[in-house]
Amino acid sequence: MSQLEIKDLHISIGDKPIVKGLNLTIKRGEVHAIMGPNGTGKSTLAKAIAGHPDYTITGGDVLLDGQSVLAMEPDERARSGLFLAFQYPSEIPGVSIANFLRAAVQARMAEGEELDASGYYKRLYAKMDLLKIDRKFTSRAVNDGFSGGEKKRCEILQMAMLEPKIALMDETDSGLDIDALRIVAEGVNAQRNGPSAPGILLITHYQRLLDYIVPDFVHVMYDGRIVKSGDKTLALELEAKGYDWVKQEFAAATA
Amino acid sequence: MSSPVSTLSKLTGSFTAEAFAAHLARVAHLPSWWLDRQRAAYARFVELPMPKRTDEGWRFSNYTALTLDGFQLPPAVKAEQIAHREIGVTGAGTLLLANNRLAQHVPLAPALAQQGVIFASLQHALLYHGDLVRSHLLAQPSKFGSDKFAALHEAFLEDGAFIYVPKGVDAELPLGVFHYACGDGAAVFPHTLVIAEENAKVTVADFFRSDSASGAQAAQFACGGNDLYAGHGAQVTYVAMQDWSRDTLSFQFNAIVARRDAKVLSLNLHAGARQARHESFSQLAAPGAHSEMLALTIAHGTQEFDQRTLQIHQAPNTSSNLLYKNALLDAAKTIFSGLIVVDPDAQKTDAYQSNRNLMLSDEAEANSLPGLEIQANDVRCTHGATSARIDAEQEFYLESRGIRPAQAQELLVFGFFEEVLGKIENAQLHDTLANIIREKFKS
Ligand SMILES: Nc1ncnc2c1ncn2[C@@H]1O[C@H](COP(=O)(O)OP(=O)(O)OP(=O)(O)O)[C@@H](O)[C@H]1O
Ligand SMILES: [Mg+2]
Repeated sequence: MSQLEIKDLHISIGDKPIVKGLNLTIKRGEVHAIMGPNGTGKSTLAKAIAGHPDYTITGGDVLLDGQSVLAMEPDERARSGLFLAFQYPSEIPGVSIANFLRAAVQARMAEGEELDASGYYKRLYAKMDLLKIDRKFTSRAVNDGFSGGEKKRCEILQMAMLEPKIALMDETDSGLDIDALRIVAEGVNAQRNGPSAPGILLITHYQRLLDYIVPDFVHVMYDGRIVKSGDKTLALELEAKGYDWVKQEFAAATA
Repeated sequence: MSSPVSTLSKLTGSFTAEAFAAHLARVAHLPSWWLDRQRAAYARFVELPMPKRTDEGWRFSNYTALTLDGFQLPPAVKAEQIAHREIGVTGAGTLLLANNRLAQHVPLAPALAQQGVIFASLQHALLYHGDLVRSHLLAQPSKFGSDKFAALHEAFLEDGAFIYVPKGVDAELPLGVFHYACGDGAAVFPHTLVIAEENAKVTVADFFRSDSASGAQAAQFACGGNDLYAGHGAQVTYVAMQDWSRDTLSFQFNAIVARRDAKVLSLNLHAGARQARHESFSQLAAPGAHSEMLALTIAHGTQEFDQRTLQIHQAPNTSSNLLYKNALLDAAKTIFSGLIVVDPDAQKTDAYQSNRNLMLSDEAEANSLPGLEIQANDVRCTHGATSARIDAEQEFYLESRGIRPAQAQELLVFGFFEEVLGKIENAQLHDTLANIIREKFKS
């Protein structure tokens, strides 16, 4: 069974420690939600695992199927099965979605293997239909001039095409209207069935998303650590009470 | 004190009086007015000095590498000897020139020929359409300080392509011209002359290649030119693809004349050569004329691409739009020097000039000298130059999808070029351009 193990992970930006000893194991097929106040290091965690060069791992390890990914380049990590749905996806003028995704699919093929173009488009269109993305989008430049919701849908489209083992989804619900939220959630849920279901780390601020994508576990992240874990009812509790009580519990425990 | 002989040989390099005499002997059958012009041009070539450090027109360029030694007028080659790939354009007709001679001619579709379209070698045109050639061939002055090399081109020009589209005729499919240089040391002088009469429409694809048999490293010399003339209401699309061997010294002189309401779109792709200088001179000669000047450069290794442009607005209500994009890898170098000139009575001119450089390496060097010279008061002119590194977030985004760094850079270069590539509507031509760029990432 594929899994991602995050072991006592420490991450700094420059000299500033952001993530301070974080432990978490995500198995394929599971959904783990991470909630927590702004600035606690949720995006830092996700981007550092994906290999973003701005972040330095100062301690601990991240293992995918038992193998450390820390020495791998970002593209190698992706090809070995990691996927990051960005909180703020980049706009890439002049590069069409079709060409971009084709390059990503081709990068996963063996040397000399030819891409079956008609099969590729068939798959792409099927995923787009599911996510209610107009087929005209294939010729549009990646995220260029997309609305907030279109960008997020495009992230899920990429995830659907690349079939990762582990997906880190950073605030995929932000910027989505109610209908788009349901469509995106359906898109994710469609990938949760079957043997190729990814393990998902779902970073969110809102309980609402968790009504649609029901998590197996909910974790609260605060000051670079996971300070509380529970099942989906923890999200409801946070929604009702805010973070203060978690902070106080944490302060009392570490005092 | 050096003897006169050694001074002379220093100025002519391989292009000695003997070489010129040999050239003249080969073109003796051409009209005397033309031979007189060639003789006069050779005399100018001999007299003019090589560029030097203080020449404004050579600012930033590696003028010391402009050696004319070690080349020769190459022997004839047969079309079958060339690894010719018929790419990009098919159907409408092809001219293949190799080592300054016509090597193959796939004639025009009969329907076009019947309408009076002429697609022939320049020698054929000199012999049978002398007046047309006389009024348009190399009729514009050299404007950028390359008079010596322009004279060399005129003196040694042996054959080229001639395209004439009469009044009201739409030539539809692109006409393909291939210029080959074959063999180490080969000196070639390609030329393409395009004349579109009133309301005519034509698309020309002009390829510059070294025969692959002589290897990517063949040291060659290319000194070419093209004249584009768009008559009243004519539409000319001209796409040039420079893909000479990596050790070629290349000059290309481009002159555009757009008459009333004419539209000219020229796109130059620069991929080959060791050092390549491209000069483009656009004249907006009558009201309503428009010139779209586009260029894409993909520079790698230690290649140097030197681009000099001039957009002259000579009449009111004319417009021009220049967009030159360079992608620089390794220790490559580019120079862009552009000038917009608006004559006093060219009111309501709308002129735009932009040079953008995408830097993919810290060792690469992009130089930009944009300029304006406006003598009318009611005009809209903008110009600018930018240089930017590849965007690290964009690169990470692509790589986070499993795309390898080299491929990610290639995609970003294509993204950068798309603004220009997207203007080429003909799908075959578009793909051909893209393939040449893609090849550069493999070498
Ligand atoms: N590239 C960077 N340079 C400097 N500081 C950074 C950088 N990225 C993040 N930070 C800082 O690190 C801390 C954690 O940021 P991060 O984006 O991981 O928080 P977050 O939990 O995702 O917050 P939010 O809920 O607002 O998205 C913040 O104080 C932020 O300002
Ligand atoms: Mg965040």
